Amino acid sequence: MADEVLFDFLHMEMVSHVYKEQRSSKGELDSKDRAVCVSILEGMGFRVGQGLIERMTRDSPSFKDELDMMKFICKDFWTQVFRKQIDNLRTNHQGTYVLQDNKFVLLTQLSSGKQYLEEAPKYLAYSCGLVRGALSNLGLESVVTAEVSLMPSCESCNIA
Amino acid sequence: MAVCIAVIAKENYPLYIRSVPTQNELKFHYTVHTSLDVVEEKISAAGKAMADQRELYLGLLYPTEDYKVYGYVTNSKVKFVIVVDSSNTSLRDNEIRSMFRKLHNSFTDVMCNPFYNPGDPVQSKVFEGMVSGMMVQVS
Repeated sequence: MADEVLFDFLHMEMVSHVYKEQRSSKGELDSKDRAVCVSILEGMGFRVGQGLIERMTRDSPSFKDELDMMKFICKDFWTQVFRKQIDNLRTNHQGTYVLQDNKFVLLTQLSSGKQYLEEAPKYLAYSCGLVRGALSNLGLESVVTAEVSLMPSCESCNIA
Repeated sequence: MAVCIAVIAKENYPLYIRSVPTQNELKFHYTVHTSLDVVEEKISAAGKAMADQRELYLGLLYPTEDYKVYGYVTNSKVKFVIVVDSSNTSLRDNEIRSMFRKLHNSFTDVMCNPFYNPGDPVQSKVFEGMVSGMMVQVS
């Protein structure tokens, strides 16, 4: 079925559209404009994450604690949105969690190595917002950052 | 059939409150406000008990001489409160549960509406229509 790739393509277009919009008003992108683009994408992800969580947790019982919520994000949430689970979850039990995805769906089409590494953050901004929105609707204030060392695997670190 | 239905946000302010118009609508607002304390109590009690399955439906919060108040909390900490008339033929638990289910479904749809900002009062006509269906009909 073709429905799986629909979001991948939409996301790619979203990223290039946001960057084109910024570029058309200025002509050349400096680092402040790049930050604006990233925060626009993150904001989109935030709102979507809130709505998604509302729908997904409709039937499940209340969460016992923070770790329970993170496990929900790693399993059910990630499966619904990206059709696979998070490969590795680490925590320092003091509010920082590292989620590692070895084959992040939105990055697989870019490369599988070190090529295009500098472009990767653009494509992670929306997903960071998604996680932040999901956590915020569950009641956890957090900061979500993502880093890529080797495509297509990426790590997201959130500090609640 | 409910006499008053309220949706309360995570930060404990009302997102939507509607009661069958009587002389003292303010009384319902007050009842809902006081029921919030009972809701908080139930949530923290369930948390301490560390039950395996914590239900979203909280059940009868407290009865007054004229009304009974039922509560329900979602996973995003949004609370629904329904006030029913005591003199009414005692509504079965299942009926109250199904009313909450419908409320939750409608609220989820409102949440997913891109024109709705979380935290704003609910103004969706579909939501209002669903709530009217659950309220006592006034001639």
